[in-house]
Amino acid sequence: MAVKVIIPTPLRAYAGKQESVEVQATTVAEALSAVTTKFAELKKHLFADDGRLRSFVNVYVNDEDIRYLQKDQTSVKAGDTISIVPSIAGGALGLAF
Amino acid sequence: MATKRPADDSSGLSKEEILRYSRHLIMPEVGMEGQLKLKQARVLLIGTGGLGAPLGLYLAAAGVGQIGLVDFDVVDFTNLQRQVLFGSSDVGRPKITAAADRLRNLNPAIQIDPIETRLSSENALELFRDYDIIVDGTDNFPTRYLVNDACVLLGKPNVYGSIFRFEGQITIFGYPDGPCYRCLYPEPPPPGLVPSCAEGGVLGVLPGIVGTIQAAETLKLIIGKGQPLIGRLLLFDALAMKFRELKLRKNPDCPVCGTHRTVTKLIDYAEFCGIRGEEAPSTVTNIPEITPMELKSRLDRGDDLYILDVREPHEYQICNLDGHLIPLGELPRRVHELDSSREIVAHCRSGKRSADAVQFLQKAGFRKIWNLKGGILAWSDEVDPTVPKY
Repeated sequence: MAVKVIIPTPLRAYAGKQESVEVQATTVAEALSAVTTKFAELKKHLFADDGRLRSFVNVYVNDEDIRYLQKDQTSVKAGDTISIVPSIAGGALGLAF
Repeated sequence: MATKRPADDSSGLSKEEILRYSRHLIMPEVGMEGQLKLKQARVLLIGTGGLGAPLGLYLAAAGVGQIGLVDFDVVDFTNLQRQVLFGSSDVGRPKITAAADRLRNLNPAIQIDPIETRLSSENALELFRDYDIIVDGTDNFPTRYLVNDACVLLGKPNVYGSIFRFEGQITIFGYPDGPCYRCLYPEPPPPGLVPSCAEGGVLGVLPGIVGTIQAAETLKLIIGKGQPLIGRLLLFDALAMKFRELKLRKNPDCPVCGTHRTVTKLIDYAEFCGIRGEEAPSTVTNIPEITPMELKSRLDRGDDLYILDVREPHEYQICNLDGHLIPLGELPRRVHELDSSREIVAHCRSGKRSADAVQFLQKAGFRKIWNLKGGILAWSDEVDPTVPKY
């Protein structure tokens, strides 16, 4: 299934400066794995050393937070949009990663 | 410090106020009832920077009766690109004073409380108590978590906005049935992942848009009209010019607002965010350095030094030392462009990225390599003042 993964501004530098990436996946885990395979540098920004999604990065399927669905096993279907939404703190100079 | 209500009668509007707010009064969604609610409202703005500027201007113009301003900074030339509360003549003045002057001039009928202090775990609860709504316009993670926790502990709404380059996030936290900041992000990013100058910067109009949305939400909360941005995270991308909305849920396991709370008083937020001192300590040590004066005298002697500039191309266009440009991020794959038999001096804007570059090159086997201490900023200060600083 082709799903769109939206890359947030702070992470675009690690994803070929692209706003979004289209990948084939049936779950969120597969989609994120496909994206980090394509852009290896993204991996350490999305996942901690133990392989878990970092706690300042949230992932949404369409407008729902996967923490309240089936986490990374949440299924996706063709046409779904996955958003990666990291914590940003800026008011002046942005602080992200 | 916030204390007294404006001296005039807050139960009605004067003739001047009726004229001033007439475009609100003729609109049924606000009307006399809403305008009086605005007059009786007390709003505390944390930060008078990029977000605080439109917030202060629109809340004051709308007639919010009491506006507290918390900041400890001084107006700087680089603020003027986006902090539209200030003018060139305000550079060097405390932001609080300049902001209070501007807002009193905009609307003399309201009370402005300038509070020149750094918000802390010691003063936050006391400061927040005197206000109905807290608006977060700060620029760092420790203060964001502090504002959140204090709002949850006191049961006050927190109108949240944050920005990064050309992207913004806006929502309202702190409502009893709604989520808080920690429900959304339980923990901050580790300080090691702070962006360098290469990734910083902000489109000047972005805080204007995000702060104005915060102002709109604040006014709606006060007059009690419309659908407030509670339980919804609004994302804005100025480049794509797109708004998106995501659902936010209250986390039952949230340590601050969940069913089994473990955070019941304010904590040390610098420690929580992993920051020990005022500035995050440099992770780089034992980097060979050369001062701008030493570099100048060696170049004047005609020594064969290779200047490596590890900034971004758009920074090179602002000013440069005629060095060879390889952005830090491209160094690993372009290292073959460098000759390890020559003496190399690496520089960036302030010396941090070039320290990383020197460390990388040392590991790659380069021995005759130095970091220009203080970067091109120090070069401008100590050697050539015609080089612009940015």
